[in-house]
Amino acid sequence: MTGRSAEQRWQAWQTVDTGRLVLLSAASLLIVVALTRVGVDHHVAIIRLPIAFGLYIAFGELLRLALPGGREAAPIAMSAALSYAMVLQVPVTSRQSGLTALVNPETPPLQIVLVAAIGMTLGSLPHIAAGRRAGATGMAARLVAVAIVAFAFRPLAGHLTTSPWLAFAVMFVLAMTGWLIETIISAIIRADDLRAKYSVTLTDELGVQWRLGLAVAVSAIIAVFGVEVMGVAVLAVFAGPLLVIQLAFRRYAGIRATYLQTVRALAQVTEVGGYVETGHSRRVSRLALAIGRELGMPEPDLLDLEYAALMHDIGQLSLAEPVPGGATLLVAPDDARRIAEYGAEVIRQTGVLDTVAELVRCQWLPASGGPAAPPLGSRVIRAANAFDDLVSGSPDRDRTATAIERLRLAAGTEYDPVVVAALAAVTDRLPITRL
Amino acid sequence: MGRLSWATWLYIAAIAGAAAAIFARPPAHGFPLGYWVICGTLAVLFLICDSTPTLLGERQAAWSPSSAATLAAVVLLGRNGAIGAAMVGSVAVFSVRRFVPIAERLFNGAMYAVGGYAAGTTFTLLGGRPFLHLYPVSAVLTGQTPPHVLLGANASLKPFAAAAAVQVIVNHGLLWGMLRVDRHSRAAAKQATPGWSTPLLLASDLGLAALGLIIAAVWTVLGPLSTAVVLVPLFVARWAMGQFAEQQKAHAATLRALCQAVETKDFYTRGHSERVSRGSGMIARQIGMRADRAEAVRFAGMLHDVGKLGVPTRVLQKEGGLTEEEYAAIQLHPMRGLEIVREIGFLNEALTGIMHHHERMDGRGYPMGFAGHEIPEFARIIAVADAFDSMTSTRAYRKAKPFGDAIAELRRGAGTQFDPRIVDAFIAALRQDGWVLQEPAEPRGHEVLTWKDHDDPVAPLRVAESI
Repeated sequence: MTGRSAEQRWQAWQTVDTGRLVLLSAASLLIVVALTRVGVDHHVAIIRLPIAFGLYIAFGELLRLALPGGREAAPIAMSAALSYAMVLQVPVTSRQSGLTALVNPETPPLQIVLVAAIGMTLGSLPHIAAGRRAGATGMAARLVAVAIVAFAFRPLAGHLTTSPWLAFAVMFVLAMTGWLIETIISAIIRADDLRAKYSVTLTDELGVQWRLGLAVAVSAIIAVFGVEVMGVAVLAVFAGPLLVIQLAFRRYAGIRATYLQTVRALAQVTEVGGYVETGHSRRVSRLALAIGRELGMPEPDLLDLEYAALMHDIGQLSLAEPVPGGATLLVAPDDARRIAEYGAEVIRQTGVLDTVAELVRCQWLPASGGPAAPPLGSRVIRAANAFDDLVSGSPDRDRTATAIERLRLAAGTEYDPVVVAALAAVTDRLPITRL
Repeated sequence: MGRLSWATWLYIAAIAGAAAAIFARPPAHGFPLGYWVICGTLAVLFLICDSTPTLLGERQAAWSPSSAATLAAVVLLGRNGAIGAAMVGSVAVFSVRRFVPIAERLFNGAMYAVGGYAAGTTFTLLGGRPFLHLYPVSAVLTGQTPPHVLLGANASLKPFAAAAAVQVIVNHGLLWGMLRVDRHSRAAAKQATPGWSTPLLLASDLGLAALGLIIAAVWTVLGPLSTAVVLVPLFVARWAMGQFAEQQKAHAATLRALCQAVETKDFYTRGHSERVSRGSGMIARQIGMRADRAEAVRFAGMLHDVGKLGVPTRVLQKEGGLTEEEYAAIQLHPMRGLEIVREIGFLNEALTGIMHHHERMDGRGYPMGFAGHEIPEFARIIAVADAFDSMTSTRAYRKAKPFGDAIAELRRGAGTQFDPRIVDAFIAALRQDGWVLQEPAEPRGHEVLTWKDHDDPVAPLRVAESI
């Protein structure tokens, strides 16, 4: 994985990453303003409140959640910060009478920003100490979102104490807005990182995160009411359901990663068996992914494409003896068809990867258009496979150019011209060893 | 649950009797209409939660989030909490999950009723102040909280924690008793999807206890409809667990399919990986291996021969003796297998099983020549299942051996080739669970036949005498 992050760093320096720059500056500006204003204009009335929420946010930032697709979220931290921004009333016990009354804390929005920033920083320290990424981008996105919610909600808080359901509705809308802001920011950053289209990454991001966002928003509201009834001391209790959710998501992300590892590893059997060149499956899958992204394919399709590209040669196991050199480009159409169909058969055996099987089955079909045109994924694999057969992982620019030229000549009959153009764009931008 | 023994019925009847005794006594402090509303709403919540068993795996009902609903009743109903919680818990009898036999419904309902009653009693005894007493009942039902009232909910935290602990202990205890009494559910529990380690279970118990408190707290502000709010995070968690389970199944299926693809090259060894995987799992269960390790050993069994693909086909198809080089090529297959699967992160210990499954106890195996307990446990397990399946399968050069002969052969090899403890465990497991044989089939004309089986302890591979 280090190679990948190095590659991402490399990309980050190559392109002027305006999105991240703007985001980090906005967050820093917020913090600076908060630092200068808070403490001068206001005194902290109920000191337990910022301390408890600061710790809660730090705890949430400590327990970040890796989601499928290399994403990172901090649902507990986000939920904690949102509740802090939306606290309606807290019970305060009077020293003289011993009576407890509900009080609107009237927290200034900038204090919320400051507490969230401090909490997030505290929570990220262990990550930095352990040598993981600090996650400044994610924290900045959360901070900006929370700041907007805080500024929008605090003036309303006083009017909402008498009607719980109205309060619920307002908080729900604002919390979901906060989550949406965070998601849009991460989608923009992600599009920059992956060189994908904004609209595509936003759809992907919403698709992956909306359930988590819903849980974050509702949990934030639950914590607001919980604090009202039981006081700030029991804030930890309200992390309970989110912890369970986080455990579930972590396991889900874990098995997704394992699945990918397994397919990557077992796709190598064709290499060990001497059917194809070493590293062929891996290279074709990387190239296919890059092409697919260039073509704006959504994330679920990209995952299918990756699986199909990894296993596209699995059908060669049906051959008694390996094809010399393993170059499927040179195989007779009949054999190519048999390999594709046997491979699809193997994949269909899993009972769960039917789309992938279909991509593998159609990989040998010429992309000449018409109603019976193979699916886009198959056309991508066909081009990527042919390219790798011609270049076999060599970073030589001339060889790459020659291969592209050869594919271009057959574009429209053998290969999809759009796919070939995307392939040319991808290989032009980056040497293929960096894909 | 299948057919139940009389002991099991007696056990269920005893618990159901205890539950009935709870309900037989009229509630000492009256039970006004408002309480019925609370109990009814919580009972619905209980059933909804109960229908989402995927939240924490289907293993055991004690961990379903429905127990949070009984805990909420404890907090909301005060001195009537015990009976209220029992009422909420008893609706488990009407579980909407499909295929729940009547005995299990009865047991679950009685278990939750007894657990809820115990929790409620604990809460009251320790002086827990119910949330309802803080506000008039009417205020709670309409969701109207007077803006400035006396509050004391946080004083009830410790009694609540104790009540939750009691409920968890009672439920787990009753379930444990069930597993002791009933052989079927014991087997079911053993076979259930593993993967929830103790800290995770503890965390989820804590989370569910917290959920009970949350339901009660939000109720005091939003009224009965608060249950709908609380369900949102639960459904999200359920979705994620469902996705996890789905992906896990898909992963196992993919692994199996790819292993099958590898072995179709060789007619006689079809299904071998699958059977070795099952056999390894049987041994692991027999020697009481932890669930996650047992799962890993099954994966290792599945993948143990994946490196055989690196052995040239002509070597496997050769009749007669092998040259030194060909013999070396065969001996290399565990390493080739390791090479392929090394990057699969979750395998960890399973990798040692794949690499060393041809070591022998006397140190004459390959690739490292380890002896005795230098050989990793996984490898010793796979070796036994591997050899047994080889002997009981038909080969080009011989018919399948009968079970008795194969077992005798394992016994003969115990101590020299195999670990005697593992051999004993395997034989015991074999008696209990049986064995799925290779499908009897004659090769059709075009099949490529191999004349070697490197796994066969009766006909070990030999290097031809020097020519």
